[in-house]
Order: sequence, then structure tokens, then C-alpha cells
Amino acid sequence: MTGLFSEVFLAALLFGAVTAAVPLLLAGLGEQMSEKAGVLNIGIEGMMIFGAYLGFVGAYYSGSLWLGFLVGALGGMAVAAVMALLCVRLGLNQIVIGIALTLGLEGLTALLHHFQFSRSYPRLPAADKTPIPLLADIPVLGPALFQHHLVVYFAVALVFVMICIYRRTQLGLNLQAAGDKPAALDVAGIDVIRTRTIAVLTTGALAGLGGAYLANVGAGIFIPFITNGAGFLGIVLAMLARGRPLWVLFGALLFGVCLSLTTAMQVAGINMPTDVIQMLPFLAVMIMLVLFGRKASLPAALGLPYERGAR
Amino acid sequence: MSVETTPASATALEPSLPEGGRGDLVRRLVMTLGPILAALVIAGCILLAVGVNPLTYYGFVIERGLLSPLGVQQTLTRMAPLLFLAAGLIVAFRAGMWNLGGDGQFLLGAVSAAAAGPFLVQFLPVWLALVCAFLLATAVAMLWSLLPALLRAYQGVNEIITTLMMTFLGTSLANVLVKLAFLDPSTTVPQTRTLPVEDRLPRLFDTTISSGLVLGLVAIVAVHLMMTRTAFGLKLQVVGANPRAAVHSGLGVPTLTIAVFAISAGLAGLAGAVDILGVQGNVRADWNPAYAMAVIPMVFLARMNGFAAIGFVFLLSVLSIGGESAARRLGVPHHFTLVLVSIVLIMLAVAEYIDHHFIKTRRV
Amino acid sequence: MTNASSSQAGGKPEIVTLERVTKRFPGIVANNAVDLSIRAGEVHVLLGENGAGKSTLIGMLSGLQQPSEGRILVDGVPTPITSPRQALALGIGTVFQHMMLVPTLTVAENLLLGGPWWQRPKSEELATRVAEISRTLGITVNLHAKVSDLSLGEQQQVEILRALLRNSRLLILDESTSMLTPKGIDDLGALMRRLVEQGLAIVFITHKLKEAAAFGDRISVLKLGRKVGEISPQRLRARSENEIIVEIVELMFGRKENDPEEQDRVARAFPVETTPLLEVRDLAVPATATAPGLASISFDIRPGELLGIAGIDGNGQKQLAEALAGQLATSGGMVRLAGESLNGLGVGERREKGLRYLTDDRLGEGTVGTFPVSINFFLKQIGTSPFWRKGVEQRQEIDRRAGELVREYDVRTPSIKTPIGRLSGGNIQKILIARELAEGVKAVVFNKPTYGLDLANTLATRQRVREVAARGMAVLLISTDLEELLSMCDRIAVMSGGALVGTVENSGDARTKVGRLMIGLAA
Repeated sequence: MTGLFSEVFLAALLFGAVTAAVPLLLAGLGEQMSEKAGVLNIGIEGMMIFGAYLGFVGAYYSGSLWLGFLVGALGGMAVAAVMALLCVRLGLNQIVIGIALTLGLEGLTALLHHFQFSRSYPRLPAADKTPIPLLADIPVLGPALFQHHLVVYFAVALVFVMICIYRRTQLGLNLQAAGDKPAALDVAGIDVIRTRTIAVLTTGALAGLGGAYLANVGAGIFIPFITNGAGFLGIVLAMLARGRPLWVLFGALLFGVCLSLTTAMQVAGINMPTDVIQMLPFLAVMIMLVLFGRKASLPAALGLPYERGAR
Repeated sequence: MSVETTPASATALEPSLPEGGRGDLVRRLVMTLGPILAALVIAGCILLAVGVNPLTYYGFVIERGLLSPLGVQQTLTRMAPLLFLAAGLIVAFRAGMWNLGGDGQFLLGAVSAAAAGPFLVQFLPVWLALVCAFLLATAVAMLWSLLPALLRAYQGVNEIITTLMMTFLGTSLANVLVKLAFLDPSTTVPQTRTLPVEDRLPRLFDTTISSGLVLGLVAIVAVHLMMTRTAFGLKLQVVGANPRAAVHSGLGVPTLTIAVFAISAGLAGLAGAVDILGVQGNVRADWNPAYAMAVIPMVFLARMNGFAAIGFVFLLSVLSIGGESAARRLGVPHHFTLVLVSIVLIMLAVAEYIDHHFIKTRRV
Repeated sequence: MTNASSSQAGGKPEIVTLERVTKRFPGIVANNAVDLSIRAGEVHVLLGENGAGKSTLIGMLSGLQQPSEGRILVDGVPTPITSPRQALALGIGTVFQHMMLVPTLTVAENLLLGGPWWQRPKSEELATRVAEISRTLGITVNLHAKVSDLSLGEQQQVEILRALLRNSRLLILDESTSMLTPKGIDDLGALMRRLVEQGLAIVFITHKLKEAAAFGDRISVLKLGRKVGEISPQRLRARSENEIIVEIVELMFGRKENDPEEQDRVARAFPVETTPLLEVRDLAVPATATAPGLASISFDIRPGELLGIAGIDGNGQKQLAEALAGQLATSGGMVRLAGESLNGLGVGERREKGLRYLTDDRLGEGTVGTFPVSINFFLKQIGTSPFWRKGVEQRQEIDRRAGELVREYDVRTPSIKTPIGRLSGGNIQKILIARELAEGVKAVVFNKPTYGLDLANTLATRQRVREVAARGMAVLLISTDLEELLSMCDRIAVMSGGALVGTVENSGDARTKVGRLMIGLAA
């Protein structure tokens, strides 16, 4: 057990936590926007895995990680466009379509992976890290928090961008109205369908980016089912955080620490099933739901398609 | 608007009504087969894109999953847990509760059965040991659904989220139980003790088909009859179709909610038990076939009708057994089944939308 | 806002003109060849019963719906109004019957909704403009209050303010007084007057004759989707309020002689010593964020008696009905039916004892729209014999009885297997009435039983209610239609702010007494 709490170990643990948290953070922020606008985006897992696959393919063939992220985000957005068309525009059941998209894309990416990479299992070179000057030199915290890929800083910055959008822009007002009282938004002259579509597409882009990060930076490789419920965790984070982006960040970090602990304990050779630690974040969330469940108010029109003039 | 019109319902895939005329049946048949054909074509294009002849693939799947004697027996055996899961989902979905936690409930039921079965056969008659294992699996799965049920019934917490959480928790817990509590000391593979083949559920006649199939069929038919023929089932349907009408009619919605979760999860637990006691014999660490997720689309496709669900579960079984075979022989991973199923589901939703709006314009 | 050209009668400019506008919905013609001209500087009252097609007309003016036939002219130019955004751009602002504010946002945020999405909301500019408009109108608005914390009257002011902020030339007020106190109604009338003096056109929709006569410069009467008459400003000025009301009544209901309900009420005497069938004492319900509570409600209804509850909508009538039915938890008081206390009993048990509740929300809670007619008849009896035996459905028994009820209550349905949601409101109401009058009924609470029904169904429903009383049941009739109560009840209690403010015998001068109670004066 010596060295369990050594500086190096702690730094690795925190570094891993941040790495694990970033996809969750992106997914959670994305889902939050959909939910705010009244769309329960169960398909986010599908958007994530498609982003992960395309992100990897893009980075692998172009050799540019950035191109990979771009393609991944676009991939997530493409899935979101299908979701927006079917659920927002045509008003089909959001849960049915969400599940179908998730299952279908998990299957499709596994299939494509099999034909492309199953013999070679190619890996990407380790991603470049961008240390933040000065901060990166702090012991323990420096290497843990301030020596990451640029996307990590982007994801954290996004939290504040989102806060800004929700609090200070017309778009933020529109999104909230679309979720809480779509008819009021409609008569104010704003297209509810378009507002919700914007939200779903943003969700797709962020989920796709999160997936691409997971594959390209987190793992360096794409394997089938790599997202392993990360999208669903994003839904959980968004629901618990309700409208508050900062809470998504904290939640993602909590999950990240737990996920990172599992790897760390394996490295440290501790003989305890990693499953125990994997359960911790979920346990924490369930306890929070039991304690604060009554207050977990969701947008009034969540999950309901909007049809003008219908009661 | 104070104009009396039919309430606009744009939601596709509503539960099928108990009544339905003959013309309705034909329409429904077209509405079901059309999307399936469309999906086969689209999925075929995907196969073409990866360089596989779709006709060869489909032919092979049908040959191995349906036509070959061994294949069809495997298919029918595979149906058992899927039927239980479908039965559980029908109860929940018809009552308007989105129990997406089937996989966690399934695994915990499986682990309970795997722990109890080999232990109990040592000093109980086999049949009694199996019954006890089934009961234990049911009880554990029911217990696992209690928290989401209570939260939904009394706090109004969305059950999608809680059941998903509980399924993640349940999957991990099942692994913990396998690795820590019920580990078989006699092998190096992390798994529970194995139920001897002769103590498992009997096979049907001279085949390799597990009698779990019969149990599964009984379960889903019973659930169908319960939902369509009994006062209890009708109450659940009222809760699902219009919760406010349920309150207005004096139904005890919280109690019914808890009952729905208990039945749904109990059936998922039974699914786990029937798979272990009939086929697997033990639970290996990290085993998660994710049957529940795959069955959800089938239940939607069947529009929550029990008899139709039997057909779709059979189809899923053919596709998965055939698909697993094809994975070995044609090199197409069995994940293709997932792709096919989800395309069918999306096509169906779209077809229903078109149908709905076609009817709407025709009425005007 | 343009100033109206100096007002010579009839010479005011037309802002919006409707020419033979027809709107069809599946199975119903909501508007049938309606002509209407809306002029600057005029309060144009659209008067009509529920279901007369007023709301549909508004839907078309505000861009929510498109006419099936006919055309709409704006400033004399044919202009299709295809979306709410376009309606706003044309200067048509609407204050809807159901509040169209986002409850979770503040007043300021609600007023800012609708700007280009990439922009920062212009709060400072808003504040100055709101201050300016509020000053000229003499209203006060707290921009930082959350909408869910405002009273309905305050919310309505916010909506009017919003329409003005958008430089509306035409302001449509849809049933705006139904939620207001008498004082609030007067304030609104004064506000409308100031607005038309500034040159706006106002369309004021109501089904209350008094308001029409008091506030209108021009009155159009709608009946079953048709415009049946218009009273010009000259005519309005030339006649007294009472003459106008008589004229409107003729337009709305036909001539007095032809009134199908014209029958002298036989004044029925209930000896004081008759034991009441339904006794309610000090019933109380705590208020919630969205609904008023009830405070010490007490009344008796004797067998065969029809007690009416009058009052402006939203004053606790629904809460009273739900508390009696057991749907709403009470915080005190007692309900006794035929001498037996119902306290602590749930919905099902109260029904079992004979207390029935006909809901006013027929589609929302009264029926399951996708279920067949037959099942909807027995929705409140699920599990009881002879329709269920040992919990198993007796399909034949259900169908047989449903068939009987369909004939008995004259329900027009293609089949008892038809989903109830496809029937018209009148037929759905017949099914609900049949359900509440099933065996064992002792007392019935009718909540707005004729709301939204056409004339024929309204008359049939009223007849049904009378019959129930004639059979010796206790009847509580909740209605916002004073005429209905006056034509049917033995006594009328007036509800205001969750309390009964007075009860009057329905005789000669009951109308005046109830009217006085409704506007907050002693009878």
C-alpha cells in the first residue's frame, strides 16, 4: 500500500478524473440544453458513439486530431439532425426514437469497426498536451489539472459560455420558454420548432465532440461500445443539475474521480473489484434523488412535441 | 380554443386498443410488414457498403436461425428470457411507466438464481430448489425496482432516469456479487458455481429446447390476458393513458405504480433466472447480454400487444441466433442485428406518422 | 402608434377586415362566412357563447390558424397571416384567454422574448419604454417579479404591456375578464378606453352581455360560428344599456317568444324541517401557488333541491367540487351525505356512497380518449360486478349495458367501440352524465355542465340536471353562466375568493341580488 497517496499517484488520479470527466461534461452540457428546450434526448448515447467513431476515423486517416474532433462533432450533429427531424418536427415519441438511435448506432459503429479495424486495432499517438503557463508548475495540481489537451480547457470554458447563454442572451430566454411554455414562445413570434432544433443540434455536436475526445484522447483507440453509458450519464447529470451548467461540471468531476479511482486502484494492485467503486457515483446520485427528488422539477413540456394550436 | 375537436395526438406507437375491426387488421399488417421490408432494404445497403451480399447474409441468417434443426432449437431456447422481459415491459409501458432498468433487474435475478440454484439442489428436491431459485430471483429484482417505484409514486421523480441509474448500479452490483460473494472456488474463471446440467430446467421432448420457453410463453400470455381482460389490467391502462382520469376515477395511483414496477421487475428477474437455470448454469463475471435493451424495440413494434410480442421476440431470436452464426461464418458481427432492429423501429414510427396524417387529412 | 383620424362616426380607418372567413375542423365548422371590420379608435366587442367560434376567429387573426375560405385584409390589402410572428409584425397583438407567459421567467424576461436570438436582451431600453407606457396608462408593473408570483390580473397587464411594447395597432383581448375581480374588470374597461383614445383598435371578446354593453363601441354577435348581427356605434350611443342588452339577447338566443327554455319556474317550497341530503360544514382547503384555497364553506342541500354556485371563474369552484368528490385533500370541515359522514373517504368510496362529481374537464380527466365508449361508461366502476366478476372483465355485460346507455342517453356514436375522443363534446358529456347517474346516486355535483356545448346539447344537459333533482337527489350546480343558474336553481350561492359570500332564494329579484354579491356588494 505504500505510495498509494504519493504525489505522483494523486496527480495521476486527478489527471485521470479530468480525462474521464470531459466526455461526461460535454454530454451533460449538451443534454442540458435539449432538456431546457423541452426535448428529452435519450438518443445522446448514439450521438456520442457516432462522434467517437467518426472522430477516430477522421483523426486516424487525416492524422490531425483537430480534424477528428471536427468530424466527430459533425457526426453527433448528423444523428441529432435525424432526432430533430423525427421528434421535434414530426413529433414522434422521443423515447422510442432515442432508444432506436442509440441501439442502431452502437450496432452500426461496431459493424464498421469490425470491417475496418478489427484486424489491426490501430491506435492514435498520444495527444499533445497544452500546459497552462505557471499553473502547470504547481505541484500535484499542476500536472493533474493544467496539463491537458486543449479540448479539456474548451469544455470547461463551455460551462461559462453556457451560463452566459442562459443568463444573458435572447437564446437563453427562448430555450427556457420552449421547455416551460412553448405556446408562449410561439405567440411571442419565435419558432418553437426551430429553437428546439437548435438545442438538439447543439446537443449532438457536444455529444459527438465528447465521444471523439473519449476515443482520441481518453483511449487513443476506438472500440465498439466505447461510450459504455457515458451518454446516459450525461442525461443523469443534466437532470440533476437542472438548468445550472456549473452543477454539470461538479457532477462530471465526481463521476470522473470515481471512474479514475477504478483504474488507479487496479494500478495500485488493490484487490477489490472495480465495480464497487463504479457504483459510488450512481449511489451518490440515487441518495441525492431520495433526498431532493421532490425538488427536481423538470421543464413542464419536457418530452412533449409542440403542435401549434393544439391544446 | 373552445372548438371541440379530436385531441391531436402526434405520438406514434401508442398501445394497441383492445378492439379492432377486420379492415384495421389488414391495415395494421401492412403497417407492420411495410416498415420491416423498408428496413431490410436499408440495412441491406449498409451490408453492401461493407462488401457483404445482403441476400447471402439474410439467407444465411434464416437458414441458421430458422431452418436448420439445431438453429431453430437454439432460437426457441433463446426466446425464454426475452419473453419474460417483453412481458415485464408490456406491463410497464402500458401503464405509462418507462422501466428502462430491465438489464439491471435481469442480471440481479440471474445472479440470485445462480447463487441459490447450485446451493439449494444439495439438500432439496430439484424441482423445489428451482422453484425457490425462481422466487428468490423475482423477489430480488422486485426489491431493486422499489426505489424508482417509490420515487415515482410519491415524489414524482422521472422513472427513466432512476431506472437507468439502477440498471448501472445493478450491473455493477451483480459483478460484485459474482466476484466477492458467490465466486466458485473450484475454477480460476471468475464465475458462480455451476448448476449441473441434469438439475437444470428439463428440455422439451427429445430436443435441446429448454422448457423455459413454455414458461416464457405462459408468462407473456398471462400478462396479455391480465392487461386486456381484468379489472387490474384496465386500471393500469387507465393510469398509462390518462393519469388524471385515473385520479378522477378514484384509482390509487401510487399503489398501482408500485405494483407495476414490482411486476415488471419481477418478470425481468424471472427472465434472468430462466436463462441461468435453463441454459447458462452459472453467471460469469462481466456477463451482460443486454437483452432488455434489445427487447424494448420489439415491445414497441408489437404495440405492447402480448401475442404480437411473441412474434417479434421470435424474430429477434432468429436474428440474434442467425446473426451470431453469421458472425462466425460470414464475418459480419452480430451487432448488425441491432442496426436492423433499430432501423425497423424508426421506419415503423415514420410509417405510423404518415398513416396518422393520411387519416387526418382524409377525415377533414 | 398612429393617431386615429378625428373620429367622425363610421369614418374611422379599418385596420383589419375579414371577408367571408370560414374555418373548418374535422367534423365542425367553427367559423362560417364571417365578415368583420376592425377600426382604429374603437373597442369592437365580439360577443358569443362558448363554442360560438370566438377563439377560432382570434386564432386566425393572431396567426395560429389559417382560414379554410375567405380572406383577411390588413389596411385594405389581402394579407395571409401565416404565423404569430407575422401577426406581430403586422401590429396585431393578442392577449390570450389562457395566459401566454412563461411562469419561470421574470416579467422583464417575458417582455423580452422574441428578440433576435443572438442578441443580449435589451433590459435598459425595456425599462425606459415600460416606464413610459405604464405612465401613460396608469398601471404599475414590477419588471423583476417572477411571473408565477403574479396574480392573474397582474399577468394580464403584463400581456397588454407586451402587446403595446411591440407597437401593436390592434389589440385583441380574449375572454380577458373571466379571471378578474369586479374591480379588475372596471380597471380593464378604463384601460381599454385610454388605449382607443390613443388610436388603437381593440377587439374585446366576451360572453358577458353587461361588459359588451359597457365597454363596446361596436358589438358583433357570433352564434354557432356565424355572425348573427352587429350593433354600430351610432346605435349603441342612441340607446340605453338595458335596451342594448335586450337587443343582444335577441341576437344571441333568438326572440324571447321562441326561447326554448321559456317556462315559468315553478317556485318550489322546501320546508325548513326537511332533513338535508348533503350537508357541508366549514370545509377548508389550503391555497396553493396556482389555485385559491377554500375557507369555511357551509351549505345544505335538501332532497330534490338544486343549489347553484355562481361566481367568476377561478374563485375556488373547481376546488370545492374536487374537495367534495374527494380528489382534493381538505384541511378541515365536514361533509355529510344522508346523515353519514364522508370525512376521510377517498374518491371511490364517496362515489360508492352516492356522491357523484361531473367534471368540467371532460377530455383532461373525465375520459380516456383512446379507450372505447363502452369502457368509458364504466371508468369509475372498474372491478365492480356485474361488469367484472372476480376481477375478470365481462365483455358481454359491459357491451350490453353500454348499448342500453347509448340509447337511453341518446349518445350519437358510430359504435360503442369507437374511441371516445372522436366524439363531439356534447356526446362525450352525455356519456359522463350517464356515468355519474349510475345506480346508487344520491347527490351530484355538476361542474359547468354546459361549458362549450352547442345549444341543443346545452338544453338537453340542463333538462337532465333538472330531472336528477326531480328524482329527489341533491344537486349542486356550479356555473359561470348566471342565466343558467337563474333558469334552473332553487337557491344560488355566490362564491368569491374561495368562500361563499351569500346565498339567495331564486325568486323575483334574485338576478339583482346575485349580481350585487358577485361584484362584492351585500345582497
